[in-house]
Amino acid sequence: MEEVKLFGAWPSPFSYRVIWALKLKGIPYEYVEEDLSNKSALLLQYNPVHKKIPVLVHGGKPIAESLVILQYIDETWPQNPLLPKDAFERSKARFWAKFAEDKGSTIWAIFRTGGEEQEKAMKESLEMLKTIEEHALGGKKFFGGDTTGLADLTFGGIALWLGVIEDIVGVKLVEPHTFPRLCAWIENFKEIPVIKQNLPDREKLFVYLKHRREILLASP
Amino acid sequence: MFCKCSSSPRLCLGSAMATSDVKLLGAWASPYVMRPRIALNIKSVSYEFLEETFESKSQLLLQSNPVHKKMPVLIHADKPICESLIIVQYIDEIWTNGPSILPSDPYDRAIARFWAAYIDDKWFPSIIGITRAQGEEAKAVATAVAIEQVSAGLVVLEEAFEKCSKGKGYFGGEQIGYVDIVLGSFLGWTRMTEKMNGVKLIDEAKTPGLVGWAERFCANNAVKEVMPETEKLEEIAKMIQAKFRAPPPK
Repeated sequence: MEEVKLFGAWPSPFSYRVIWALKLKGIPYEYVEEDLSNKSALLLQYNPVHKKIPVLVHGGKPIAESLVILQYIDETWPQNPLLPKDAFERSKARFWAKFAEDKGSTIWAIFRTGGEEQEKAMKESLEMLKTIEEHALGGKKFFGGDTTGLADLTFGGIALWLGVIEDIVGVKLVEPHTFPRLCAWIENFKEIPVIKQNLPDREKLFVYLKHRREILLASP
Repeated sequence: MFCKCSSSPRLCLGSAMATSDVKLLGAWASPYVMRPRIALNIKSVSYEFLEETFESKSQLLLQSNPVHKKMPVLIHADKPICESLIIVQYIDEIWTNGPSILPSDPYDRAIARFWAAYIDDKWFPSIIGITRAQGEEAKAVATAVAIEQVSAGLVVLEEAFEKCSKGKGYFGGEQIGYVDIVLGSFLGWTRMTEKMNGVKLIDEAKTPGLVGWAERFCANNAVKEVMPETEKLEEIAKMIQAKFRAPPPK
């Protein structure tokens, strides 16, 4: 099998989406940690358009954008599929993965802002979370059904990063009585061995993000 | 040729699935709606086009897309599929008799998806930026900045075209493919923006490949009938601009 390399950054949930996919499928890979304040020449060469992580390099060929990478992984290594076989079910899984991708930024907006802007971001985040609670999970254990799939990995940021942001900012968005399904999903998702063993250290993440927020709010 | 499988006279292509159960909710002016129409045309699948109006959303739309309440929505055998690119992928996966829209090689598919994301998430918002600039106080500066962003993006897409087309006519090679549909669906709005601002965005000097590609795309049989006329788009753009415009200075 050709060599697989992943360029990632430990605080990034996007990076973890790819780690989870590779581990769930049992694909061996070399991990390269990028310092985002000092990006390597190799990263800039592999992702000249966005200059971001994650980037997967398979047999020397680079793929950027986490959702693009996840679908590439699923199509190249079909074991433990991330997407269902049925085309209609697949379209629903992609719909929720896209929803997570497009709307997930509202949670980061809470982290990056203060005052009125932050209040707006909190309102939008709550709406997003309510939509997930009401429409996305149904009665299922995971977004993918009985097992995790593309949508679960894309929502993965909610499983850890959301809680850390809540602690730093001093708000509670997701609680068991308001979001019972989502809370159950968070617990179930984190119990999956691959996920459990592949999450950043919560304390380390808290310290790192708290420091980042201070810098962000201090700058004009 | 009339087929016994549907109640109204309709060209039936004899596919295993009755084409009378394919409906598309949309509006003629929307680039996002154009995408599944092009895809269905490529696959020679006939469908019922249910036109939405700008003023109000139909019950069917609200029911079929409760999360976003937006078009397009494809309804196939009573099942709704939402989001233009998800619909295009669905069409490609269901109707395998026609030409393929996405490449067959997983790496080429990844490249196609990458450019689709770039076009939708980075490039098209920059085009909207030009229209928005009209409503700002420092209109000239804001417009110039917005135009620069769009042009820079087009240079990136010109390079992408060179690489993806490999000397052929489309991003998809000999035939229209995924990226062609994604970018091509924005050509109407691009031309309209050029006309309304007196600027050339896709031009011979910086993006010669895209100039030829745009002509080819618009002339293609799968695209011709669904590409809106620039004049009609101008009318709509003026309506939208009026909404964005800042109040006149006192």
